[in-house]
Amino acid sequence: MKARIKFRKYGALRFIGHLDVMRFFQKVMRRADIPIAFTGGFSPHMIMSFASPLGIGLSSDGEYFDIELTEQIDSREAVRRMNQACVEGIEVLSFKQIQEEKKMTGMTILAAADYLVTPKTDALPDNWREQFAEFMEQPEIHVIKQTKRSEKEVDIRPLIYKWEIRDGSIYMQNAAGSSENLKPDLVMEAFCRFLGIEEDSCMFHYHRLEMYADTGKGGKRRLVTLEALGKDWETADEKKDSD
Amino acid sequence: MRKLALDDEILLNIEKPARYIGGEVNSVMKDKDKVDIRFAMCFPDVYEIGMSHLGIQILYDMFNRREDTWCERVYSPWMDLDKILREKNIPLFALESQDPVRNFDFLGITIQFEMCYTNILQILDLSQIPLHASDRTEEDPFVIGGGPCTYNPEPLAEFFDIFYIGEGETVYDELLDAYREWKKTGGSRKDFLRQAAQIEGLYVPQFYNVTYHEDGTIESFLPNDPSAPERIRKQVVMEVTDAPYPMKPVVPFIKATQDRVVLEIQRGCIRGCRFCQAGMIYRPTRERRVETLKEYARAMLKNTGHEEISLSSLSSSDYSSLYELVTFLIDEFKDKGINISLPSLRIDAFSLDVMSKVQDIRKSSLTFAPEAGSQRMRDVINKGLTEEEILTGAGEAFEGGWTKVKLYFMLGLPTETEEDMQEIARLSDRVARRYYEIPKDQRHGKCQITASSSFFVPKPFTPFQWASMYTAEEYDRRAHIVNEEFREQLNRKSLKYNWHDAQVTVLEGVMARGDRRVGAVIEEAYRLGCLFDSWTESFRNDLWMEAFRNTDVDISFYNQRERGKDEIFPWDFIDIGVSRSFLYREWERALNETVTPNCREKCSGCGAAGFGGGVCYESKN
Repeated sequence: MKARIKFRKYGALRFIGHLDVMRFFQKVMRRADIPIAFTGGFSPHMIMSFASPLGIGLSSDGEYFDIELTEQIDSREAVRRMNQACVEGIEVLSFKQIQEEKKMTGMTILAAADYLVTPKTDALPDNWREQFAEFMEQPEIHVIKQTKRSEKEVDIRPLIYKWEIRDGSIYMQNAAGSSENLKPDLVMEAFCRFLGIEEDSCMFHYHRLEMYADTGKGGKRRLVTLEALGKDWETADEKKDSD
Repeated sequence: MRKLALDDEILLNIEKPARYIGGEVNSVMKDKDKVDIRFAMCFPDVYEIGMSHLGIQILYDMFNRREDTWCERVYSPWMDLDKILREKNIPLFALESQDPVRNFDFLGITIQFEMCYTNILQILDLSQIPLHASDRTEEDPFVIGGGPCTYNPEPLAEFFDIFYIGEGETVYDELLDAYREWKKTGGSRKDFLRQAAQIEGLYVPQFYNVTYHEDGTIESFLPNDPSAPERIRKQVVMEVTDAPYPMKPVVPFIKATQDRVVLEIQRGCIRGCRFCQAGMIYRPTRERRVETLKEYARAMLKNTGHEEISLSSLSSSDYSSLYELVTFLIDEFKDKGINISLPSLRIDAFSLDVMSKVQDIRKSSLTFAPEAGSQRMRDVINKGLTEEEILTGAGEAFEGGWTKVKLYFMLGLPTETEEDMQEIARLSDRVARRYYEIPKDQRHGKCQITASSSFFVPKPFTPFQWASMYTAEEYDRRAHIVNEEFREQLNRKSLKYNWHDAQVTVLEGVMARGDRRVGAVIEEAYRLGCLFDSWTESFRNDLWMEAFRNTDVDISFYNQRERGKDEIFPWDFIDIGVSRSFLYREWERALNETVTPNCREKCSGCGAAGFGGGVCYESKN
């Protein structure tokens, strides 16, 4: 039995890194008595996989991880118990049953993510909104992408699926996942260069809004949230009633 | 939502920002307008080390049970943040409220090891509290020290208002009650210190004067205020089972050194090793009831979500219900993916059986602490572990499938000869030989014997408090003798030898048995830039040596000098319940290589029976 958990991360907890968030949730599972399954072997560990790590400093309304369960648990009850075992800065939003197949884990099917980028200093020129539109109208945006071993020049423009200005912020929907992944800070670095200002002089707050899988066929993109691929578990009693 | 003391820009540019944000599971938040007393509890080292300390967790829980008190935590900012706090003039803050420490009523600092002394000054300095108690005003918190190093608080006397000598569970309530009353009446700082001085176990250093002989030894140590008693009696909790214990310890976000539930099964140790300060100052040995510990284990695992539980004590094998407790832990928690860790176990058939159940034999190593290589030396230090026991234990372990053994030794012990040093290598080799006695087809490749030695530092309130130390050069020479001998051994390829830094040992020696004059050296070293001295990467011996030169303090006076039988020691005003005459008797027995039986075998009349409980009365129930 597999479950997908959606949570948000905010406030001081933005400074807790990905590995520590994993450790945090392992302990939440125990405190909340979630019937999570373990691997075998001498040092068993919980079967838990995160869709996509969130960098230090970022907040999010749409983080996901999948777990394996040994027995079914009512979704509402699971959310309630987990939130009781959480702290300010992490809130569990949903707990859904997902399909059993391995290729359906959040990490494998992740295709896109929404971000909201808010400039934190007034280092940007007053007309940055117009400038950003101009920046996005370029047919290609080349950046140097650092990988572990090398660096290469890539065109990030096709990886930005959608964008718009929302009040004082920039909304963007970027490619995400194991094959292609575009972090919003790379976009903003390129934008700063486009403006001809020092990257360090301007700080942005990055907020992840949501993550999606691509259910489209034949190369046509059809994004659905990772959450929408699951369904709520109801308690046995309620089920009987509906039967 | 809590507002953090540091802004995003700072937090994103330092290592592990989680060290400074608080808000962990089980951390205690209160309304600051509804409490009378704000207590900042500090472990003067980095967060991951400090958060692993049980004593603070106990006091944190105990203080926060009081409705009128809010206790928060403070740790040493790492070098990166230290620099930023100074540059931007940001006062050091407590984790929970993120409020500046200088606005608190108390700053409590636990002093666990000598090499944290410059970090204590960093805490005061960054908190913008005057370093010297005499310079503090009604605006400043009272700075109170506790922990094992306060059994000789004299090198730190200038920097603290109060030292709490002994176990924290006894008179803190009395002190906090007195403080609340004093605050209402609006008395002077000195008025409160006078009240504190009258509480048993509390030492207010500014109420004492020290005079010295021409040769530098102490001539007199006397109170200069009528409120201060001549002797300070160490505090002990006699009913340890009933003492407060935190059922909901704080769970760090980042991995602390001790990332597990800790069950303290007993206090004190029956063994009486002559080098061991803990073995003397925590007398008498007192056990917690096993039924209570079982309840604690259940509750604490549930409340923390930790996946590991560890027993804590000086010598777990001496806990009388160990079998029952360990069996319970295995039966109850092993299937739930909980690791069980059992440190300080004597290696025998029982412990091997237990360990094979709780750990992966191939990956784990077994630890023996013979402390000395030769039987003669082990008799001098009263380490009741024979070579036969070591080899039998190792043999059984090897036959059970273990291949890795760690051996801990000390070098530079009193009366040590070259022969004693070389025996460290030879004993290690004999352990390896025992492994190769197993037929080749029944063993798993080579064995790995890792021997480590630290240099012995004489501590106050031990029989070895009279012993002299050596220079750093001499320690290095001794380590090289041992190392050379390792190269001569038959199984040298299965043996590995590590030794400690000798320079740190020398400093530890001065701090451990220093007097008030050593305070100037600590302050000077701090001014010169010494910090995190227990971390190899930041230890600066050259600066320490400069500090000694600048303050005209002579290391050899504290370390190499022979101390006379009746010399007044800086710590003599403390009464630990173990008599000085017993310690001296033990010192003489050490020099005669005579072993003293442990507390359960035979009472040696150390004086701790005066506390009226514990192991001293076990057979009399």
